[in-house]
Amino acid sequence: MQYSSQSVAKPYFIAAIGLFTGQVLFGLIMGLQYVIGDFLFPAIPFNVARMVHTNLLIVWLLFGFMGAAYYMIPEEAETELYSPKLALLMFWVFLVAGAATILGYLLVPYATLAKFTGNDILETMGREFLEQPLLTKIGIVVVALVFLFNLTMTMLKGRKTSISIVLMLGLWGLAVFFLFSFYNPHNLVLDKYFWWWVVHLWVEGVWELILGALLAFVLIKVTGVDREVIEKWLYVIITLTLITGIIGTGHHYFWIGTPEYWQWWGSVFSALEPIPFFAMTVFAFNMVNRRRREHPNKAATLWALGTGVMSFLGAGVWGFLHTLAPVNYYTHGTQITAAHGHMAFYGAYAMVVITIISYAMPILRGRAANSENRQILEMWSFWLMTVAMVFITLFLTAAGILQVWLQRYSSTPISFMAAQDQLTIFYWLREGAGVMFLIGLLVYITSFFIGGETRAKSA
Amino acid sequence: MSGTFTKSMARNIFFGGTVFFALLFLALTFDSLQTMPKRDNRQNLTPAVVAGKKVWEVNNCIGCHTLMGEGAYFAPELGNVYKRRGPEFIKAWIQSQPTGAPGRRQMPNFHLTDQQLNDLVEFLKYSSEINTANWPPNIEG
Repeated sequence: MQYSSQSVAKPYFIAAIGLFTGQVLFGLIMGLQYVIGDFLFPAIPFNVARMVHTNLLIVWLLFGFMGAAYYMIPEEAETELYSPKLALLMFWVFLVAGAATILGYLLVPYATLAKFTGNDILETMGREFLEQPLLTKIGIVVVALVFLFNLTMTMLKGRKTSISIVLMLGLWGLAVFFLFSFYNPHNLVLDKYFWWWVVHLWVEGVWELILGALLAFVLIKVTGVDREVIEKWLYVIITLTLITGIIGTGHHYFWIGTPEYWQWWGSVFSALEPIPFFAMTVFAFNMVNRRRREHPNKAATLWALGTGVMSFLGAGVWGFLHTLAPVNYYTHGTQITAAHGHMAFYGAYAMVVITIISYAMPILRGRAANSENRQILEMWSFWLMTVAMVFITLFLTAAGILQVWLQRYSSTPISFMAAQDQLTIFYWLREGAGVMFLIGLLVYITSFFIGGETRAKSA
Repeated sequence: MSGTFTKSMARNIFFGGTVFFALLFLALTFDSLQTMPKRDNRQNLTPAVVAGKKVWEVNNCIGCHTLMGEGAYFAPELGNVYKRRGPEFIKAWIQSQPTGAPGRRQMPNFHLTDQQLNDLVEFLKYSSEINTANWPPNIEG
């Protein structure tokens, strides 16, 4: 660790992994509710479990991004963090607010939660992924602004690299677009139109800048390839991302009451969205092949390569699969969407956060890399989780194709629930793959605790 | 990449390209907002519909159902449920939950008042009249 203030990243990373575990457990509950409908009812109805599952995802990724930024910016700017105390304070504020929100979902009926958290003053709740009470939303904005202030001040007094500029651009964009979560017009079409300015412009826009910056940082460190080369690639990739992704928002404007020309704009531009992900994969493999040093942290390199491949498959290929309007007409809002969502979020965002944790955590714990044994265990967890996610995606895709056929495409369409009954086998298989994912995650967590012996000490 | 293509060129293309496509997106958004009154059924946004949307939101209906294909995929599409089932069936169905049938997916009882039920139905009626370019493909949603 070059700057002592980088150590504030550590609690952020630990919290991220803890919340990730919670997310997976609730995923398993929901997976079971797909086949045993009354499982845990009425204690945890499906809508509550889903809210916990998706909100934990968002919160743990935000913890990961923030930890990554606190780790990277001092090193990139070559100066100590502006205020490590503020960073730690915000950690606790965010953790307590996040935990209170999740407990609110679980312990109080949602309508009651809405009533007592100011939803009558400004109605923002009850929209997918933006279910947080008003107080939590305001808390997120405050934490984000303090976080951005802290990092911007750090950058202003130090070196301004392209990686840190791209990272900060992504993080500022994240905060700015979140403000649309406060806009909830009565007109449902307008509501949906601008809801996507948070959701799409996050995950297919500014978050990809964060993803690119994290990946570029780790690749510089583990490969020793010249910064000029890597940063040039970074700019090329994020150019492709935004010139396809911004208008690509149109693939959400096919069937929600928006003008029909979006079927053309959305189809054409989002069909190009796999290109930046393909470039990212080529980039990662190219840099590793041209490496100028053998970094002892093999596990981090594996996660970095995995991020490239899995984000291309999940976001790129599975996104393309249903993004053309004539296809989407049949697949919109089916298990195909769920399949894409799972692999894209895991491949792009979960994996890039694990990549930076894998690289930074050993250093935060005082060594360049973990012992061989730990790394082998971590690589096992990589394969278990990644293969499990491939299977989750394949089973959901199979379920989705069958669902589309039975409910939408066949000449004698059957009802939603009748179609769901026919998909049971695929939901059971998906749950099995989910258990495998959990095992992979437990192996990952174990890799932090076994064999304290390290390369640095044994050398 | 050859030596002639420098990092500063890549950066300039990034900023130029981003600004161009962001402006194009804003222009398309502006045009969409002009066109929307013809499609979004805003003339029927009555106080009951507005109240119904709030009932929809504060009970987190989107956590299981889809509305115009967006939401969770655990329970049926409701953007066209008004046309599929009609107002009386919808109200009776909501009031009779949960079914308690063993092993079946369960919908909680939200203890809605008659007023809230009527508002919710008005909201679903309004939603079903939005011009969605003929989506979904059939009445089953």
